[in-house]
Amino acid sequence: MSKFLEVTNLNVSFPTEDGEVRASNEVSYSVGLGETLAIVGESGSGKSVSNLAVMGLHNPVRTKITGSAVLNLADGPVDVISASADTVRRLRGKSMSMIFQDPMSALHPFFTIGDQIAEAWHLYNKGSKKDGIKKATEMLDLVGIPDAASRAHDYPHQFSGGMRQRAMIAMALVNNPSLLIADEPTTALDVTVQSQILQLLKDLQKEFNMAIILITHDLGVVAEVADRICVMYGGRIVEDGTVDDIFYRPEHPYTLGLLNSVPRITAGESHRLRAIPGQPPSLISLPSGCAFQPRCEYSTKVSSGACASTVPSLSDKGSGHLSRCHLDAADLNNLVKDKA
Amino acid sequence: MTENILELNNLTKFFPAKAGGIFSRAKGEVRAVDGVNLTVGRGETVGLVGESGCGKTTVGRTVMKLYEPTSGQIVFDGQDITNLDRKEMKPIRSKMQMIFQDPFSSLNPRHTVGTIISSSFTIHDIEPEGGVEHAVRELLTLVGLNPEHINRFPHEFSGGQRQRIGIARSLALKPKLIVADEPVSALDVSIQAQVVNLLDDLQKEFGLSYLFVAHDLSIVQHISDRVVVMYLGKVMEMAPTRELFANPRHPYTKALLSAVPVADPKIGRSRERIILQGDLPSPVNPPSGCVFNTRCWKAQDICRSVVPETIQISPLQTVACHFPEV
Amino acid sequence: MLTFVARRLAYTIILLAIVSLTIFFIFDLIPVDPARLVCSKQCTPSLVEANRHRLGLDVSVLEQWWRFIVGLFAGRTFGEEGIAITCAAPALGYSFSRHECVTTIVAEAFPFTLSLALGAFVLWLSVGISLGVLSARKKGKFADRAASVFVLVGTSLPTFITGILVVLFIVLQFNLVNPLELGNWHNPFTEPLGWLQTFFFPCATLALAYAATYTRFTRSNVIETSSEDFIRTARAKGLTEKVILRKHTLRAALAPIVTIAGLDFAGLLGGAIITEGIFGLNGLGRLSIKAVTQTYDLPIIVATTLIASAFVLIMNLIVDIAYAFIDPRVRTS
Repeated sequence: MSKFLEVTNLNVSFPTEDGEVRASNEVSYSVGLGETLAIVGESGSGKSVSNLAVMGLHNPVRTKITGSAVLNLADGPVDVISASADTVRRLRGKSMSMIFQDPMSALHPFFTIGDQIAEAWHLYNKGSKKDGIKKATEMLDLVGIPDAASRAHDYPHQFSGGMRQRAMIAMALVNNPSLLIADEPTTALDVTVQSQILQLLKDLQKEFNMAIILITHDLGVVAEVADRICVMYGGRIVEDGTVDDIFYRPEHPYTLGLLNSVPRITAGESHRLRAIPGQPPSLISLPSGCAFQPRCEYSTKVSSGACASTVPSLSDKGSGHLSRCHLDAADLNNLVKDKA
Repeated sequence: MTENILELNNLTKFFPAKAGGIFSRAKGEVRAVDGVNLTVGRGETVGLVGESGCGKTTVGRTVMKLYEPTSGQIVFDGQDITNLDRKEMKPIRSKMQMIFQDPFSSLNPRHTVGTIISSSFTIHDIEPEGGVEHAVRELLTLVGLNPEHINRFPHEFSGGQRQRIGIARSLALKPKLIVADEPVSALDVSIQAQVVNLLDDLQKEFGLSYLFVAHDLSIVQHISDRVVVMYLGKVMEMAPTRELFANPRHPYTKALLSAVPVADPKIGRSRERIILQGDLPSPVNPPSGCVFNTRCWKAQDICRSVVPETIQISPLQTVACHFPEV
Repeated sequence: MLTFVARRLAYTIILLAIVSLTIFFIFDLIPVDPARLVCSKQCTPSLVEANRHRLGLDVSVLEQWWRFIVGLFAGRTFGEEGIAITCAAPALGYSFSRHECVTTIVAEAFPFTLSLALGAFVLWLSVGISLGVLSARKKGKFADRAASVFVLVGTSLPTFITGILVVLFIVLQFNLVNPLELGNWHNPFTEPLGWLQTFFFPCATLALAYAATYTRFTRSNVIETSSEDFIRTARAKGLTEKVILRKHTLRAALAPIVTIAGLDFAGLLGGAIITEGIFGLNGLGRLSIKAVTQTYDLPIIVATTLIASAFVLIMNLIVDIAYAFIDPRVRTS
């Protein structure tokens, strides 16, 4: 049984004044209905780029995209990378939707919330203006906005940050899409509001059996909502596994470093944080070989200097847990144990 | 010599809430900071946490006298600085410094790193031992930057490095207190840890005191000795870090802690979450009684009418709640 | 909203009063004595005094101003003893160089100015906005480059050059307009063709410079708005590019143009001095220039200056109200 979205070998690059930005390199992932895939990475890791390509939201003139991203729809599969712009447009909002980090700037300041939701509904449904507003009110109610009927006539600036993100979710889900891509949906929100929004997404996913791709830098958020995780670094997926794989059996030194550098709110004694030295690479001039190699404390353990010369392949040791490292997972584990 | 480097007594800062327009009058006040009592001991790190609009940043800026306090008292190093003017503040400013959130906008893009850091000396007319350039190079080394980069411009550095430059600048005059306003929240996770470790090291080396303003509770827990939790301009709870995180007494603290996502799926799955209803009320028109009553699951009639007293639960822990957790 | 308008209206009236008072004070300082100017060749000090009295200049500046204000509302009688002339409200004064009520003079000149300003306004807005949008959509392509040449030409050629070129070549050389007809008034409703003959080329000349600026402004606004997050949201919804442009982008991109267009229009209503001069249109611009440089006709200068500032202030008010309708953030906060 194939999954709802299957992205295979996706490459995205665009030219800039300083050189070509290779933002996504041989990126492959898939997500099934009812499943949440988290794509984790720091700024400049390329975590948003591949999903914007899936949505067809890159500038078609400037951006070079190769590879495939297949949506397995009820009436047959569609590869959104090779399909015509108009075909992809007709899938947006209907089969796949996206919400963004800053709900203030993502909503049009001149139109009411209700109008903006109704506009999305009218695209794929026949009905009067009144029907549209009625549907918008229903959606606002669904995402937990109190007094939805009157709030539908408000403008975005009259909503709080959390309510704006709820409104964005209502708009994204008004045509009942099978895939929701959430790009840092709670980063701009306060923690108490963040937990409301995450809970809401979980509830809605259950109700509508949606596939969710959650793009985030926050490992805490990932731990709470994801089923599967792709860790990205330097425009590549470096590790791909279930939540437990990534958090309890990390196989890539970067994942390990990332987990170690997060202070844990549950940790008893205050220990010194184990920071990853150095800076993340620029997507314009990636280091040769493994992009993480200049910062990796284990790269010296690999004989023949392969780390600096060859990009390791994303290999599966059989369990569906993939890692892009020259070091064998067992060897890495031993090295970690030796250090501790 | 007093025990505390900083004492805030009943500090209040209101901003006029403007409606705009030439004939319109101010429509009330934003009660950004409303009666805050707080101390920072020598060599201590006090974390000041809360959600946006809770007044934590205003507290930091008022301490620095970037804002004039509306009422209350600020005692720094045994001296009442509440009513000092700009000129009288100058010698004091060298002893308390601020680190800002945004390492991109807080450094002048047209000045070299050397100029930026040495401005601390020139402003205060101080000739450091061995000359300014020597001192700047030492500071760069201290914060983990290459001293050879003294003539580079801010845009040639990454976000984490820029924050290090900001830290070097604040350390130039050997301050006693550093007010750090969200110093790592603009940085990537792996870089955050580097900067937090640097702050830790500097504290040990120079006996610095920090007032660490942040919204990220896991960072605050890591770096702070004591934590102050604010909500709508008021202090809800204050306790040593371990007590506060192990046994929060204020319902708001409890909800806040439970809302923080834990980077550990098993704990995330098993723990009970408190999801607060609704949004933060407006600080222009805060709820009567306890400001948290509109979102509190324990609220009774008394919470809606009577402002709770701050109760001393233990010598080091205070809570402002009618029905604190046990 | 209503209180906002009322408040702004009061504000406008107060400002107008201050502006008019300032004008009176300024003219009091000018070392030209109108009483002497209107005096015939055999001038005696007593005649000058009599003229001064007839012109109403023998009282304090404040008193002069107050009489002017009263005249605006109640009408005013100039001179006395049988040769009195009464100007009905709103009386803007009496021109002793033309022996007419200023209100009448202004009423004759205003249709020229209004025609010119309105015609140019419509032209430059339609040309400027459509070229700007086109050039933003075709950024870097041929259409964009062609538009940028137009912008360069339009902004660098001053009206007095383009105006003269138009008169020389289009009007005189090709006889598109009968030169004798230039500057004649035709009612646009009863004689639209005649009106077009008189006003098309002046309007086009005046519009050229403005259209260039508006092209550039529209282009940069559309490009900037296109990169806004809410445009990405509109695209993510599945809207077509046409709807995104027409509804989402243009609404936000053109809002700031309302402000500038309103003020530019108001400025022209005070008189387009150069264009009126070149095409021989007897509008407010020519009227004030003549009054300032030839006849020193104080009442006319006061009236035209005041009218120009009134237009600017009133347009400001209209722009603010319009803006509140366009941008809900202004309306509801």
